[in-house]
Amino acid sequence: MILSQKITSYPGHEITPEDVKEGKYLDVVYKFEPKYSWAAGVAISRFLAELKEGRIIARKCMNCERILVPPRMYCEQCFRPTDEWVQIKDTGTINTYSISHVGTDARRLKTPILVAVVDLDGATPGMGILHNLGEVEPSEIKVGMKVKAVWKSSSERQGAITDIRYFRPIGEE
Amino acid sequence: MKNRVAIVGAGMTLFRRRMLESPKELSFEATRMALDSAGLELKDIQSVVSGSAPDAFDGMHMKGEYLLDGMGGIGKPNQRVYVGGGTGVFTPIGGFWNVASGMYDTCLCVAEEKMSPLHPHPQYAFWSIFDQILERPLGTTLLWIFSLEMRRYMHKYGIKEEEIASVAVKNKGNAVDHPCAQLGAKITVDDVMNSEPICWPVKRLDVSPPSDGAAAVVLATEKVAKKLTDQPVWLDGVGWTLDSTHWTNRDLAYPEYVEKAAWMAYKMAGIKKPRKEIDIAEVYDPFDYKELHHMEGLQLAGKGEAAKMAVDGVTQRDGDLPVCPSGGLLGVGNPIAAAGMMKICEVFWQLRGEAGKRQVKKDARTGLAQAWGDLMQVGTVAVMRS
Repeated sequence: MILSQKITSYPGHEITPEDVKEGKYLDVVYKFEPKYSWAAGVAISRFLAELKEGRIIARKCMNCERILVPPRMYCEQCFRPTDEWVQIKDTGTINTYSISHVGTDARRLKTPILVAVVDLDGATPGMGILHNLGEVEPSEIKVGMKVKAVWKSSSERQGAITDIRYFRPIGEE
Repeated sequence: MKNRVAIVGAGMTLFRRRMLESPKELSFEATRMALDSAGLELKDIQSVVSGSAPDAFDGMHMKGEYLLDGMGGIGKPNQRVYVGGGTGVFTPIGGFWNVASGMYDTCLCVAEEKMSPLHPHPQYAFWSIFDQILERPLGTTLLWIFSLEMRRYMHKYGIKEEEIASVAVKNKGNAVDHPCAQLGAKITVDDVMNSEPICWPVKRLDVSPPSDGAAAVVLATEKVAKKLTDQPVWLDGVGWTLDSTHWTNRDLAYPEYVEKAAWMAYKMAGIKKPRKEIDIAEVYDPFDYKELHHMEGLQLAGKGEAAKMAVDGVTQRDGDLPVCPSGGLLGVGNPIAAAGMMKICEVFWQLRGEAGKRQVKKDARTGLAQAWGDLMQVGTVAVMRS
C-alpha cells in the first residue's frame, strides 16, 4: 500500500490497550477539577425565573416578527435589541428525537435517555429547545408527535431547565 | 487575489487510537514529510499556520503555542486557527490568506490532534461545547446532535438507515488501501445495522473513531511552485461560514452554512455547476449520514438525493463522482484537525495521480475537500485543481 507513490514509509508508533496493561509505556495521570460559577445573562435569567413559576417565556423582535426561544436580548439576524417578552405554551411538537444509550462521558447507560428537539407552540415555527422525553416507549416516539411539559412541583422548582422533568406525548389535538 | 496558490507537498502520520508520539513529535513527522515531498527545508518557509481542535483533549491550554516547535513555527509568523471539526480544512484556508495576499511566498500548514489523553473517553471533552445553563443539565453528549440531526434528515427525505449504512461500508472499504488507516475493513450493510445502538439512529459502525495523528501541506506562490515541481496542485477556491450556536432553532435536515461556504469557494474557483465540474470530493464524514448531508450542502447532490447516489455506486472510486476515496474519517480515522487535513492531502495525491491503489478511475482534474464542526455550525471548503 502506498500513501503517495513518492512516499514509502509512514511515521508513528501505536500504543495498544495490551501495551498499556503491560506497563510498556510510561504515562502521567492528572485530574483537573476546576469549579465555575456562571451568570446566566439578562435573557436567560428571566427565562429561568419564569421556569420556576411553571411558565416558558420568549422574546419578540418587532422587526422580523420572530418570537425567539431560548430568548435573547438582541436579534442576531436584524442585529438590534429585541422588543418584548412573550409568554409561550408548554406544549409543542417533536422536531426530531434520539434514544441515547450513552451518558455525558460516553459510558454506557443502564436505561437509555430519550432526547428530543421540541418546537414550542407560540414561538416562531422551528424554534425548538433541547429536552428529554418521558412516559413513552422508545418505539412509540414519532417526529411530529404533540408533547407537553411535565413540571416538577412548585416547591421542587429552582429556576433551571430541569424544572421541566421531561415532555410527554399528549396525543392528537 | 495577488497570487495563485499552489500545494507543493503533503505528509501525514499513521492514524491510531493511541500513539506513542507526543503532539509535538506527531506534528514534526507530518511536517518533515510534507517538506521532504516539496523538496524544501524549514529555512525556505516564511510563515506557518497551525490547526488543532479542543485544548480539552490534551488538558493543555494554549496548545498552539505548545505545538509550535514540532510544526516548524519557531521565530516565524505563526497563526493558530480553530473552528472545531472544521479546523483541518480551515488550516490551509488560513495558509491561503498568507500566500494569496502576497505577504508570503511559502506557508506551512500543519494540523495535529491527540484525542487519547482524555479519559474515560475523548467524547467527554465535547460536553462543554453545549450551553451550560440550558443544555448540559440534560445529560448531553456530542452524539446527540448527530443522532438528532440524522433522525431529522431521515424523516424529511424518507431516507433509510440501510442507505446511510452503505456510506460506512464504502469508506471503511476504501480505507483498506490507505497505509495510515485505523479502521479499514470490508464490512456489509448488515454489519452496520447489527452493530450496537449508541444514540439511535446512530449505531457503532455509523461513527468514526477517536484517533491520534497529524497531517501537513506546504503552500507556495506560482513562481516558487513552478521551480519546485511539474505537478503543483492549485488551491483555487476557499470558503467558510458559521451559523449560530442556537442549533435547536435551525433546519437540521439541510446544512445551509455548508452551502454558503461552498458557493464562496466555487465562485472564487469559477465553478458554476459543481456536480459537473467537481471530479472527486473528500466530503467530511465523521458519521456516515454526514457524507450525504454534506454532499447536498455542497451542491453535489439534490436535497434528499445523496443516499441514492451512494446506493447506486456513483460515489465509489470507480464511480462518476468518487467521494472519500481515502476512506474518510470513518475508515482512515478522525484525529479531528488532522482528519480534515488528511482530506486535503488525499485530494493532492489524487490530482497528481499518485494515490496508487486508492487512485480513482476517472481522470480527476478538479477536487474538493470539506470539513465541518463546532456545534454543527461551521462549513470549510477548499477547491483544488491539477
